[in-house]
Amino acid sequence: MSDRPLTININAARDATDINGYEATGGYQALRKVLAQMSPADCLTAVKDSGLRGRGGAGFPTGMKWSFVPMDNVSPGHKYLICNADEMEPGTFKDRLLLECDPHQLIEGMIISAYTIQADVAYIFIRHEYHLAIKLLKQAIADCHARGYLGDNIQGSGFNLQMYVHSSAGRYICGEETALISSLEGKRANPRAKPPFPQVSGLWGRPTIVNNVETLCNIPHILKHGGEWFQNLGIGADAGTKLFGVSGRVKNPGCWELPMGTPIRELIEEHAGGMQDGYQLKGFLPGGASTDFLVPEHLDLAMDYDVIGKAGSRLGTGTMIILDDQTCPVGMVKNLIDFFAQESCGFCTPCRDGLPWSGQVLGDIDSGNGIPADLKTLQQQVKFIGAIGNTHCALAPGAMEPLQSALKYFADDFQQHIDGKACPYCDTPAVAMEA
Amino acid sequence: MSADSTSTYLSAAECTEIDHEISHAPTPAAVAIDALKIVQAHRGWVSDDSLTALAEYLGMSAAELDGIATFYSLIYRKPVGEQVISLCDSVTCWIKGYDRLQAHISGRLGVGLGETTADNKYTFLPAPCLGACDRAPVMMLGDDLHQDLDEKKLDQILQSGSFNKGGEV
Repeated sequence: MSDRPLTININAARDATDINGYEATGGYQALRKVLAQMSPADCLTAVKDSGLRGRGGAGFPTGMKWSFVPMDNVSPGHKYLICNADEMEPGTFKDRLLLECDPHQLIEGMIISAYTIQADVAYIFIRHEYHLAIKLLKQAIADCHARGYLGDNIQGSGFNLQMYVHSSAGRYICGEETALISSLEGKRANPRAKPPFPQVSGLWGRPTIVNNVETLCNIPHILKHGGEWFQNLGIGADAGTKLFGVSGRVKNPGCWELPMGTPIRELIEEHAGGMQDGYQLKGFLPGGASTDFLVPEHLDLAMDYDVIGKAGSRLGTGTMIILDDQTCPVGMVKNLIDFFAQESCGFCTPCRDGLPWSGQVLGDIDSGNGIPADLKTLQQQVKFIGAIGNTHCALAPGAMEPLQSALKYFADDFQQHIDGKACPYCDTPAVAMEA
Repeated sequence: MSADSTSTYLSAAECTEIDHEISHAPTPAAVAIDALKIVQAHRGWVSDDSLTALAEYLGMSAAELDGIATFYSLIYRKPVGEQVISLCDSVTCWIKGYDRLQAHISGRLGVGLGETTADNKYTFLPAPCLGACDRAPVMMLGDDLHQDLDEKKLDQILQSGSFNKGGEV
């Protein structure tokens, strides 16, 4: 058994694995075992025991999430499993790899997950731009029907599952699980108030689980090899492996499957090959655009949920974005805030009107038109927009994470812009895009 | 293409594809987004006439369908050129030279973001993170992803003229 289970079928050329290739390395054995020998409750126990936490960014324990789905049959009707393949968090490029190179791993994970919560309909909600993945998934679903892994009475077990691919029409907010459900119902992707949680009242008011691609890809391996094996894959407190990525001005940007708890330094210096010649590391967002900056003093921390949390950031998607010493931190944060402002669904005022205001203030500072009071304004925005509960969903608080940490770690840079009435990085290409 | 953007009816091919989506949805209106994408794939964009015809087909008001259509960035409510250039403007691509590439494309094609060339060949749009940050900067031309871009590579891509038309559903 591999210690890199998610990528056993993924080669350097990123070729797609078809159903024959997938079965040749043990694919669908976990599903056969589950359907022949295990009850849904057994599967839930195995996933709970594994310690698997959601790989989409929030890190919620997967088994616990599933345990909220009602398992009595008092209320007849559909239950739904949805795969969130709407990878749109800036700086994140891990699910694309799993979707394009090993679609059957995801589908086997989805069938087992659906069996566990006794869902009879599954959707893969995927962003429009992932054309290759959409094509491969549709083919994979057809191949599964032909081999009796999908449809009615799967492998003679009496379990039925239909699976559909929904390609989205854009908008980052669709990655928020209740917004995703609204979109899947054909509506504007406005998030919904919780409670009720989707596990109880989700798609069409029915019990629904939404899981990230990478989370679901772990499921066949957990069911095949057991929770203890999965726990032991991690080298820190967290279980399993994770697809970690590094992008920005490093020598070898990329995405690698490594144990949970891999030190940040190993990721940046070994796997990503260190900084490009002539550039120094100034900071990094550890897990996508909506995570707080960390700085070189954090390089020896382990990429574990709680370790990164205690350092004041979030593991997020595990794909880090590098800020080098020649890129303007104010310009970078403005780019991030402008993204979130553009992608706000517009439902609540702090997000719809607050984020563009933050972008405007940052733009003033970046272009040399900032005044000292602007820093206080930004701090107030962080305080009021960043607090969970002041907004309808987590988009705006997420947007405030890189801003609040930039104000802390790169205070000198903000001050220099204001005092010098110009961007001190203005000779570098990055700054030319202001305004 | 049996229905153009001014058609006030849906073509047989469009109806077949939409009906297929409706067959596994609880209500016709539930497939609104899929149906908008189908109409756009056939007509290039979604005109007022197309929207009205589709709303009637799905049993909803044109205003409600327009509220959905205008929410989603990949539903085009204005005409676009034969190919859409979607240049990623998110953080890693920005760090690695988005602004330079944006200026280069604009200079070469004579259009700004959101505009279509006079010969109707290209529409130039910004795109949120395309999920290929290890190969930044990137863009899509129709359905094709182009990675590790620089000015020279852009020139080659725009000169080659080989492309897939966007809009696969």
